[in-house]
Amino acid sequence: MEQKSSLGLAVIGWLVAIVMFFPILWMVLTALKTEQSAFSMVPEFVFTPTLESFKTALSQNAGYWHYAFNSLFTSVMSTLIGLALAIPAAYAMAFYPSKRTDFTLVWMVSTKFIPAVGVLIPIFLVYKTLGLIDNNWGLIALFVGMNLPIMVWMVYSYFKDVPKDIVEAAEIDGASTLATMFRVILPLALPGLASTGLLALILAWNESFWSLTMADHDAATLAAFIASFKSAEGLFWAKMSAASVMTVAPIIVLGWFAQKQMVRGLTFGAVK
Amino acid sequence: MSNDAVANAGDTASHQGAKRHGPPVKRLMAPAVLFLMVWMIVPLAMTVYYAFENYNLMMPTMRGFAGLGNFEILLTDGTFWAALGHTLTLVMACLAITVSLGLVLALLFNKTFLGRGVARTLAISPFFVMPVVTGLLFKNMLLHPVYGIVSWAMRTLGFEPIDWFAHYPMFSVILMISWEWTPFALLILLTGLQSLPEDQIEAVRLDGASRLQEFRHIVIPHLGQVLYVVVMLESIFFLTSFAEIYATTSGGPGTATTNLPYYIYQNAFFQYDIGLSSAAAIAAVILANIFAFFLIRFVAGNLNAGGQR
Repeated sequence: MEQKSSLGLAVIGWLVAIVMFFPILWMVLTALKTEQSAFSMVPEFVFTPTLESFKTALSQNAGYWHYAFNSLFTSVMSTLIGLALAIPAAYAMAFYPSKRTDFTLVWMVSTKFIPAVGVLIPIFLVYKTLGLIDNNWGLIALFVGMNLPIMVWMVYSYFKDVPKDIVEAAEIDGASTLATMFRVILPLALPGLASTGLLALILAWNESFWSLTMADHDAATLAAFIASFKSAEGLFWAKMSAASVMTVAPIIVLGWFAQKQMVRGLTFGAVK
Repeated sequence: MSNDAVANAGDTASHQGAKRHGPPVKRLMAPAVLFLMVWMIVPLAMTVYYAFENYNLMMPTMRGFAGLGNFEILLTDGTFWAALGHTLTLVMACLAITVSLGLVLALLFNKTFLGRGVARTLAISPFFVMPVVTGLLFKNMLLHPVYGIVSWAMRTLGFEPIDWFAHYPMFSVILMISWEWTPFALLILLTGLQSLPEDQIEAVRLDGASRLQEFRHIVIPHLGQVLYVVVMLESIFFLTSFAEIYATTSGGPGTATTNLPYYIYQNAFFQYDIGLSSAAAIAAVILANIFAFFLIRFVAGNLNAGGQR
């Protein structure tokens, strides 16, 4: 009986997994086809795989690399800047809590709930004046603003797991606040900081609203590259799929490793 | 228990330490707080200001205080009400689908079976797909009326293929967003199931509680909290859905899939009407806040509970 029911579960479980994963699989298969066989009324499940589409997507003028560089640069820089801002703030709140700490934390979450369209227009106008439209740094700042509340919360929750007496011991030994932070606490919280960075990187890489509204060429990210296939209507399905695979594959793989941290970060530590 | 004592002792000591060295708490906090002020709060205030201004980029001379003018235009614009309706339809439908499906799948993946880890990992993958990619993938390779694999499947089964994005645009958008977000609900609910308070379950079992009582008094309340978080977070994200619509229907056909974010985007970037789109943005902020109010209260409550622990 037991054996049977767990076999049934396995069948249902795997069926669910395949159905959910199928669109991604289909995209990968399409990317490995020629343009003709990608655009066919009877889908070809068996075919000779070719990397031709990847080559075209990579080699074309202002092709994949231009956008990939922008995506990588903006997501890495915004993650680093986000960490540089979040770590000191979370450190102060975790180890020197005051009456205002709770308020500050909740205030930070609340800024996350201002919808992007709520600040789109002023940011667009100010950016236009400052020449930050279609500029990597303009996007980086927006990604930092978008991720900072989540990052502060995550780092805060990891700092909370570090016993307070360690900070005490370091201070009694005469270490300054900064020395304690850098030499004692940060190494201890390193795994937590790494997962925070990973989550921020994923969110920034996949960000589409600001990428599509604030950049059109020089600073355009992969979101814009993929969106440029919008009107392709069957002409470039294989190439579009190849570009898409190169856009989502690194993040899906990172995401597989970051499942648990996603939960902690995106629920503001409410679910661990 | 002894940990508490140590922590308390630590607290007192840190106070004295604070007086001696004066840890630069404010200086440590300032960069993050200032950044959020400049990039979120100041623009929000400016949006409020613009909402009361006559301001169209095409008519730079016609600036000035508009009073409630923009709001009057907004409230009499059928497209705005349609966009509001679409936004709510989208949020409600996606919530219903992702939460119920996510719950069923979480219960499934909470059981042990062969290859469960790999199956779960595959099932949650859609959440990491960039929304623009999701849009083009569904519009072209899956749901294309002639060349999509779904059309092929329907022909094979003897049905007439459907032009999903033309005839059922809202359904198609809901389908895409649900595909992306069911994994999120699944992941969080599964984490919730796995963190059920074992000690409490054991205690009620020792007291001779039935499975049903156990489920009603331990599992439901515990999972209820997690469900609450999922619903609130997803609402916030669904309210601001943009890229999926941008990449597929562009708000159409007509205005059939124009939601509030898309409406604001169009008014600002194609009509250049800063005043009107700011007024609509205020509506979007108010709508988000209705949802956020409950979530923030929950997070704040959780914070205090964490402090007591």
